[in-house]
Parts: sequence; C-alpha cells; structure tokens
Amino acid sequence: MTVVAVVAHALLGTGALLTLIRLARGPSLLDRVVATDTLLVIISASLAVTAALERDPTLIPVLVVVSLLAFVGSVSIARYVGGMLIRTTGSEERPR
Amino acid sequence: MSGLLATAADVVAIACLLAGAVLCFTAGVGLLRFPDVLSRMHAGTKPQVLGVLLVMVGAAIRLHGWSASWMLLLVAVFQLITAPVSAHMISRVAYRRRHVRRDLLLVDELRDLEGRDSVYRGDEPADAPPEHPARALERSRREDDGRQPS
Repeated sequence: MTVVAVVAHALLGTGALLTLIRLARGPSLLDRVVATDTLLVIISASLAVTAALERDPTLIPVLVVVSLLAFVGSVSIARYVGGMLIRTTGSEERPR
Repeated sequence: MSGLLATAADVVAIACLLAGAVLCFTAGVGLLRFPDVLSRMHAGTKPQVLGVLLVMVGAAIRLHGWSASWMLLLVAVFQLITAPVSAHMISRVAYRRRHVRRDLLLVDELRDLEGRDSVYRGDEPADAPPEHPARALERSRREDDGRQPS
C-alpha cells in the first residue's frame, strides 16, 4: 500500500509540476487558463487518491468545491478575455 | 472467501487510482510539449474526464458508505457536464485571437467565414505583437493565400 501511495503521488506531483511550468511560461493568457484548469483537476484527483488510500471520507466535500471552482474560474476568465476583444477592421458590425 | 473478495476489490481500486494518476502525468507532459492552445487543451482534457472518472471509481470502491459514493458521483457528473462548456468557450476565444497555429490545422472550417474577415486586438501571444492589428490581418491573409492557392 505504501508503494502504491508513493507511485501515485509521484505521478500526480510530476504532472502538477509540469502544469506549473506551463502556467509560468505560457505565452498567452489562454494557455494559462488551460494550465490552471488542468492543475485544479490534478489537485482534486490527488485529494481523491489520498482519501481512497487512507480510507478517510472527510476530504470528499473538498472535491466538490474544487471542481466547482475550476469551472467558474475558467469560464469567467474566458468571458473576460472575450470581452477584451475589439473588432478593428470588420466588414459589418454585428451585435454579439 | 470474503477476505479474497476484499483483496480483489482493493486490487481493482488501486488499478483505477494508478491509471488516473498516469493520465494526470500525461496531461502535464502534453501541456508542456504541445505547440498551441487547442492541442494543449486536447492534452489537458484527458485527466479532466477519464482520469477523474477512474479516480472516482477507485475511491468509491475503497471508501465505505453511501454518502461518500454519492458525493463522488456528483463530482464525476459535474466534470462531465462542465468540461465541454469551458473547452468550447476557451477554444472560441483562442480562435478569434489567432492563438491557433493555423499552419498545423488540417481542416479549418471557420477560415472562410468569420475568422478571415475580422481581426481582434487584445492579449496577443508573445511571438506575434501587432502594433497595427490590420497589419497582422494582412500578414495572416497572405500566409493563408500562400498556403492554399485557390
């Protein structure tokens, strides 16, 4: 069981670290949004792995909160970036 | 007999947990190595659906009690509902801002419709800083015409 815990947490931690590198380097804001979304999913997966290996159900409500937070964050940043768009040369003006 | 059954359930649960962890690792690798926003999203969506489902199945096998199982089911269904919505919004904004490597696309159905005749300014990527947005539009049109002479 200890071997399984070490292997699973090593895989999850490496994935989270690579995601953090993309979050720091990503050339545009949308790369960072995708990286943040993936990072929150990896965090919730590692919380679930910890809860399953310890047989500890007190961590489970945190999972609901984290998944809700990931969705609300990525959608609101996408809306914000979409609102920053200014059409400079367009043939016709359409309400959007 | 029940001890054997419990051992088998533990083995299945641990296999699910390890598969979910491997999917999270591949998401990190793909996110670091892929070239543009759409392919990075393709890499990042794998643990969002299959990885979370596998981890939730493993945790539901390991944890006893119905309340934990219902909450895990709630998380899984919520991921399945919200992942397409956020991916749609992010990819739409990414296409409009030309964060997409269009030379890598095999099929670009928006090319002749909306994305071709408009240019937007805002959060440009680091390697494409258009002082004049119209100049960027000209350049990308020229690249498109050079790529596909029609």
